[in-house]
Amino acid sequence: MDFSLSEEQTIFRDSVARFVAEEYPFDRRQALVAEEPGYDGAHWRRFAELGWLAATLPEDYGGLGGTPVEGMLLAEQFGRGLVMSPYLATVVLGANAILHGGSEDQKRTLLPQVAEGRLKLAFAFAEPQSRYDLNDVATTARGEKSGYRIDGHKGVVFHAASADRIVVSARTAGDSRDPDGISLFLVDAKAEGLEARHYPTQDGGRASELRFDGVRVGAEDRLGEPGTEGSALPVIERVIDHAIASVCAEATGAMWAVYEQTLTYLKTREQFGRTLGSFQALQHRMVDVYMKCELAQSMVYEVTLHLDVPDAVVRGRAAASAKYEVGRNARDVGQEGVQLHGGIGMTFDLPIGHYLKRITMINSSFGDPRHQLRRYQHLSS
Amino acid sequence: MEIAYRPESEALREEIRAFCRDEVPEEFKRAVRHEGEIEGEDSRRWLRMLYEKGGWSAPGWSRELGGPGWTYEQQYVFERELALNDAPRVPLFGAGMIGPAIIEFGSRALQEQFLPAILKGEILWCQGYSEPNSGSDLASLQTSAVRDGDHYVLNGTKMWTSDGHHADWMFGLFRTDNSGKKQHGITVLLVDMRTPGIELRPILTFDGGHETNQTFFDDVRVPVGNRLGEEHLGWTVAKYILGLERFGTAEVSRSQSSLARLKRIARDQPSSGGRLVDDEDFADAITEVELELRALELTEQRFLFGPGGPDAMGAEASMLKIRGTEVQQRITELTAEALGYYSQPFVPEQLAEGYNEEPVGPTPAGYAARSYFNMRKTSIYSGSNEIQKNIIAKAVLGL
Repeated sequence: MDFSLSEEQTIFRDSVARFVAEEYPFDRRQALVAEEPGYDGAHWRRFAELGWLAATLPEDYGGLGGTPVEGMLLAEQFGRGLVMSPYLATVVLGANAILHGGSEDQKRTLLPQVAEGRLKLAFAFAEPQSRYDLNDVATTARGEKSGYRIDGHKGVVFHAASADRIVVSARTAGDSRDPDGISLFLVDAKAEGLEARHYPTQDGGRASELRFDGVRVGAEDRLGEPGTEGSALPVIERVIDHAIASVCAEATGAMWAVYEQTLTYLKTREQFGRTLGSFQALQHRMVDVYMKCELAQSMVYEVTLHLDVPDAVVRGRAAASAKYEVGRNARDVGQEGVQLHGGIGMTFDLPIGHYLKRITMINSSFGDPRHQLRRYQHLSS
Repeated sequence: MEIAYRPESEALREEIRAFCRDEVPEEFKRAVRHEGEIEGEDSRRWLRMLYEKGGWSAPGWSRELGGPGWTYEQQYVFERELALNDAPRVPLFGAGMIGPAIIEFGSRALQEQFLPAILKGEILWCQGYSEPNSGSDLASLQTSAVRDGDHYVLNGTKMWTSDGHHADWMFGLFRTDNSGKKQHGITVLLVDMRTPGIELRPILTFDGGHETNQTFFDDVRVPVGNRLGEEHLGWTVAKYILGLERFGTAEVSRSQSSLARLKRIARDQPSSGGRLVDDEDFADAITEVELELRALELTEQRFLFGPGGPDAMGAEASMLKIRGTEVQQRITELTAEALGYYSQPFVPEQLAEGYNEEPVGPTPAGYAARSYFNMRKTSIYSGSNEIQKNIIAKAVLGL
């Protein structure tokens, strides 16, 4: 058992931390998220140059062959700095969908483009009625002579406005909640019949409602080797577990930032002639915040170190337990950060409330804590 | 990063499992399964058994000292497997606490007198720290030790002398000087419990058990040679002993066993025409504590096996105590709750071997509520959880 980082991993983490500190100070962040597309294209090119987009992708497909630990380190630092970018949508969701669901040919063609920063992706898997159930897919893909015709409504698709191509889940067979009969398709963002309504999210991110009205794709645009039609649910689950690992790490980075900023505030702000941090009632609440950060950090390791295990149940249990524990603790830490700051914690100009917003949006992505509790029970029974 | 155990730890795990299965006496396992502990003569027998396995009675000791010479990870696995396989705890006071302090601070004579006996489990110890007016504020203690020739003469009283009624020796903190700062003027003495002038009064806890005592000292004469470390500087020794508690403060594996028992009870208990485990609220409560326990387990492992290993762990250990006891308390509370009406009968005797009458309710009725009541102590003893938070606030947060 060893929970230390290797030297390379430490250097990697420090280089991300340096970027966040130097290139992404809070006022710059606020300016970026206030305008379209919600991030700096120059930053995205830097991510590519520094090898961050390639970090977790296999070497065979233009990646650097890193482990999930590199993805964790990157997301933690993004969380600390509230970095908003299409990283989650493109690399964690989109590229993993191709990596785990695509044919050899699709992987060889598309993944190097992601690694080089030339291809942005989005993953359209949720629908207005599906809530967090990944098998609840009403969007249909009907086979036609030379391909498929896609009809349906995909909801809250992260960073679809920036995407060149969108990975879409659609039903090629079965009823709307059947685990079987779901397939994944690569759809051009500018495809005819695809109508998008783009909007910002509470945390300064970007998402879209996508309506597919007779969107036509070729047979070669279905992800996977020939003969795999209708068997994409395990792929989707795997991709979402990757996303869970990523947002858990991001939330934990945000939690540590809340912890540090709140601690600094308690040590400097004076009332009744003494620092707030000298009041035992506040000290104990701050210790609770600290402990919740440590517990969340542990669960980030839990999901990260189980991401590549072959047994999907073991992986799923790790992901569910992490998303539950991180989510619950992150909510508490986010709320306490605001409360312990007092009135100033409510202001738009201070980062503290923006951490709570990001944490809250993370909680309602990929299954909220209650959903994950049920999922854990289901996978354990 | 590596979440798996090393091969030598895996090998040890198998050995401990076999030991628990084949050699640990059934009556010991029975006590543990009923959320109880062994004591007195059973503890001596248990320590003797462990010693004969190759120094397992002193899991942290090197081979030179007669211990097993285990790595930290192996020590961790040892404690863990004992807990998961219903074996009793290894009594801590001897090899875990006072033994290392004697190695660090003791004279040659004390080392020769005590170390082999501790290793062989021939001595049961108790701790003389708290006093009626010195609880959380331990350094304010006033039981006095006045030098008289080759002896110290002790007068005063100690509270919460756990296992004192079974102990042969006490290691205690005594006031030798009151003139300076309260941490100064404290001296550690090793006291033979058979010395004239020592009187023990049982303190019964509200669950009905007798684990602890009040100890009275009336002109008790202790040879100067039984002093551990410098006169007046015993606070240093006390802090050293405190810092030894690295493994098992969170009681994770014990809680995992208790949780498994709780789940079995919830599966067996009828509720609303079905089973209690099918009640969503109750099932959620169980899952919540299960996941909290997993987060705690990993946190403990992270602290122990992170950069620098266990020696690098500082005041973070306080967190393990806080969360560990909270989880323990939650599990025992849910266990009592799971039994419904049958948490009410007070029939501890039905747990005894050879109990011939028809048990009242399911077997756990004999221990569930009692264990819940008893576990309320855990957030109070060894430095209350509030004191642990003070420690974290100061040492980790810098407040």
